[in-house]
Amino acid sequence: MSLYSLTLTEVAKKIKNKEVTIKEVLDDIYSRIEAVEPKVDAYITLTQDLAYKRAEELQQRLDNGEDIGVLGGVPIAIKDNICTNGVKTTCASRMLENFTPIYDATVIKRLEEAGAIVLGKTNMDEFAMGSSTETSYFKKTKNPWDLARVPGGSSGGSAAAVSAQMAYASLGSDTGGSIRQPASYCSVVGLKPTYGLVSRFGLVAFASSLDQIGPFARTVEDATMMLNVLAGHDNMDTTSANLEKQDYTEALVNDVKGKVIGIPTDFITEGIHADVKAAYDKAIETMKNAGAEIKEITLSYAKYSLATYYIVATAEASSNLGRYDGIRYGHRAEDFNDLEELYRKSRTEGFGPEVKRRIMLGTYVLSSGYYDAYYKRAQQVRTLIVENFKKAFEDCDVIMIPTAPNTSFKFGEHSASPLEMYLEDIYTVPVNIAGLPGISVPGGFDSKGLPIGIQFIAKSFDEKNLLQVAYTFEQNTDYHTKEPTIEEGK
Amino acid sequence: MKDYEVIIGLEVHAELSTKTKMYCNCSTTFGADPNTHCCPICTGMPGVLPVLNERVVEYAVKAGLATNCEISRFSKQDRKNYFYPDLPKAFQTSQYDLPLCLGGHLDINVNGQKKTIGITRIHIEEDAGKLIHDAYTGDTLVDMNRCAVPLIEIVSEPDIRSADEAVAYMQTLKSILEYLEVCDCKMQEGSLRCDVNLSVRPVGQKEFGTRTETKNLNSFKAIHNSIEFEIKRQIEVLENGGKIYQETRRFDDAKGIGYAMRTKEDAHDYRYFPEPDLAPIILSDEYVDNIKNNLPEMPHIKKERYIKEFGLPEYDAEILTSSLKTANFFEKTNAICNNPKTVSNWIMGDMARMLNEKEMEIDESKVTEENLAELIMLMDKGTISSKIAKTVFEEMFETGENAKDIVEKKGLVQMSDEGAIKEICQKVVDANPQSIIDYKAGKDRAIGFLVGQIMKETKGKANPQIVNKLLLEIINK
Repeated sequence: MSLYSLTLTEVAKKIKNKEVTIKEVLDDIYSRIEAVEPKVDAYITLTQDLAYKRAEELQQRLDNGEDIGVLGGVPIAIKDNICTNGVKTTCASRMLENFTPIYDATVIKRLEEAGAIVLGKTNMDEFAMGSSTETSYFKKTKNPWDLARVPGGSSGGSAAAVSAQMAYASLGSDTGGSIRQPASYCSVVGLKPTYGLVSRFGLVAFASSLDQIGPFARTVEDATMMLNVLAGHDNMDTTSANLEKQDYTEALVNDVKGKVIGIPTDFITEGIHADVKAAYDKAIETMKNAGAEIKEITLSYAKYSLATYYIVATAEASSNLGRYDGIRYGHRAEDFNDLEELYRKSRTEGFGPEVKRRIMLGTYVLSSGYYDAYYKRAQQVRTLIVENFKKAFEDCDVIMIPTAPNTSFKFGEHSASPLEMYLEDIYTVPVNIAGLPGISVPGGFDSKGLPIGIQFIAKSFDEKNLLQVAYTFEQNTDYHTKEPTIEEGK
Repeated sequence: MKDYEVIIGLEVHAELSTKTKMYCNCSTTFGADPNTHCCPICTGMPGVLPVLNERVVEYAVKAGLATNCEISRFSKQDRKNYFYPDLPKAFQTSQYDLPLCLGGHLDINVNGQKKTIGITRIHIEEDAGKLIHDAYTGDTLVDMNRCAVPLIEIVSEPDIRSADEAVAYMQTLKSILEYLEVCDCKMQEGSLRCDVNLSVRPVGQKEFGTRTETKNLNSFKAIHNSIEFEIKRQIEVLENGGKIYQETRRFDDAKGIGYAMRTKEDAHDYRYFPEPDLAPIILSDEYVDNIKNNLPEMPHIKKERYIKEFGLPEYDAEILTSSLKTANFFEKTNAICNNPKTVSNWIMGDMARMLNEKEMEIDESKVTEENLAELIMLMDKGTISSKIAKTVFEEMFETGENAKDIVEKKGLVQMSDEGAIKEICQKVVDANPQSIIDYKAGKDRAIGFLVGQIMKETKGKANPQIVNKLLLEIINK
């Protein structure tokens, strides 16, 4: 078995026990990238020089008998909207094509303190706006299970990199499903923590009240290892929760006896792919057999989540993206006669169509005269959805639904209709609206062999219950052991 | 011409004197080299987040309590979105519908008349940077040192009726903010400035006229003159059958004229919405009470105390307490020499005049409280005359030397030796027989001439009382 096929937990152990050197691990993963990346296009930037330098330092410390951290020497990929000091952070936008931050995101600091090595920065939908990674200014990332199809998005590069074994784990960001949906499409584990559990400092903001950083990994155990490192209060982010630090690995128990799993029957109705529905029903069986109590619940307001999302998220985005004006950094148009033209041309040239669409939507819903009808109303509905989930969790510990209504689609398939694309997020968006933790775990394959994800949702800051149920599901299935072909499908 | 009533409301912006900025740890010091007091947070780099400086809330609550406002136990911050190169995030973090302080008032004094001006609200917000236009290259450059320096905006009710009232309101507010030590109130540096909302209406008319807003006035003179200008302009327009447009205006203080900047039609839609990166500001009763109980003595209370404790006339007490720095200077000086009225006279007289000439603040003066007290004590002991004291003070003001050294160095000690003075008196009397004849003929003025001659002989050092006494003795002998 090659090194790159190991899990994060396994490779960390091998490094620690000095069965392999960190350099060997790096050599191996970069040669894997060299072989596979031309087909997958998961990365925007690779950082070999920095990675080898860091590997040397870590190895030296390890050889001196020092503890180099739980992720000591493990190569990890980072979504390109998370700021890395001295390494380009483009958000897959022409606007930030040459932007190099002078600071690290808090999550980067935490990963490095835990001994992780950054391999490179991954492709994404421009400014995390999209569900297929097709809106990237730079390249199209292919789904390792079928190179003719999208990896999902917006964290498509991070999902594909882990799926194609070009990284042991990666970081993504999830505003409406951008970790869980690509995890589902690429058959990896994708965790969106509770809003406020992981610091957002250094994550280039899309929608501040919804954005959350989380890990992609090959197993629930690996995702849990990552969460242990990422979670915790940060005094640079006032929306980060100040809670006692927890050891989430305590949740890695293959047991759901006594746990109640909620099935929102009124929410999973139309528009769902038959194979996904079948996989979902099978997943329910699996959990029942594992000893969980299955309970039907109602989530009557969840169906308004998507509408709410496209008001709240675009409103915040229209404001968050105002700073890209061509004045201080980022793309600046060459010819302009006055200030307004400088703004207009720089932004016209710097942003792609999906970003523009959302800025316009957001600007509209915040405009005087429309604010009450849209933004204010959306916030009211948001409160109802939060209450809806709270009520539901009085009856169950964890909710289980599919991650996405469909499996991966072909490039360009939804490009003509943004609305069709938005519908791919129908099962993931309510979780962001309510600020809850959610995880997508490999849950089967459709008739074409394309991956299906099963999503678990828990109460705010109840990651332990979430991970225990997800772990049990994984341990009672074998979908996660399958490897992608990295070829074009039939 | 009809009689018109003037309706004025002020929006005062006061930069808070916190050491660090509103959402990061950069210094707020004024006058540093461009772009040396900034960081990724206050320059709005991608991915950064704000963390509210708690001092900002504390200072704003102080200002609210001192102006009799209700302090909101729940308030929030909002984004005010617009594009301008001095605003790196393309939004200003401010407060929209739930400000920190609501519904206060303060009393002003105009020509001996007391009046109460309502305060609608006080909210916290961040300042913008500065654009510098390079006349040589034609470029416009941005200095972000002032970005996210904390401000409070104090919005008055439209209760002000004249330029004098507006200035009195501003002066009162300035002294309150100084007393609270929440703003350094250096108007020439822009740390205290105001926008004037003004309309006129024929006396008796119920509805308000259309108002204009004159922005960024940063001296009492500019406030006064811009209001006079705008009242005159609006009345003239109306009298000529014209219409007042709701517009934003600027006032050129040097030229003494105001002009329109933009009209309502091209006013911004700021698209206010709650700042999602900042939690609501929730204050406990305990927090507010604690600040309330620790507020310093306010100007009007101090004034009453000066009248009672030091026996000062109301006029003196008013002037001395109008600025905390002046009041502190007075109290410290008086604590040493214990002669309140004389200390007051010096501060309000020669010292104020010289500070004014040099456009200096009292705490920038080279004359310390100790030095002034020493000068007064030298007078009290009769070591120097009050006339000499003036000369000594001027020297102290210029050089910062202490009174004793100047008096000694220049040999200015008052002559009180009766024998020596008598000798000089005799000499002068002998030299001016005509004056004696005049005096004896009833011309009292002749005495003045003789005293003058004696003072000239002694270079002004002779004790005038002794001179008078001895001179009369000699003449009447």
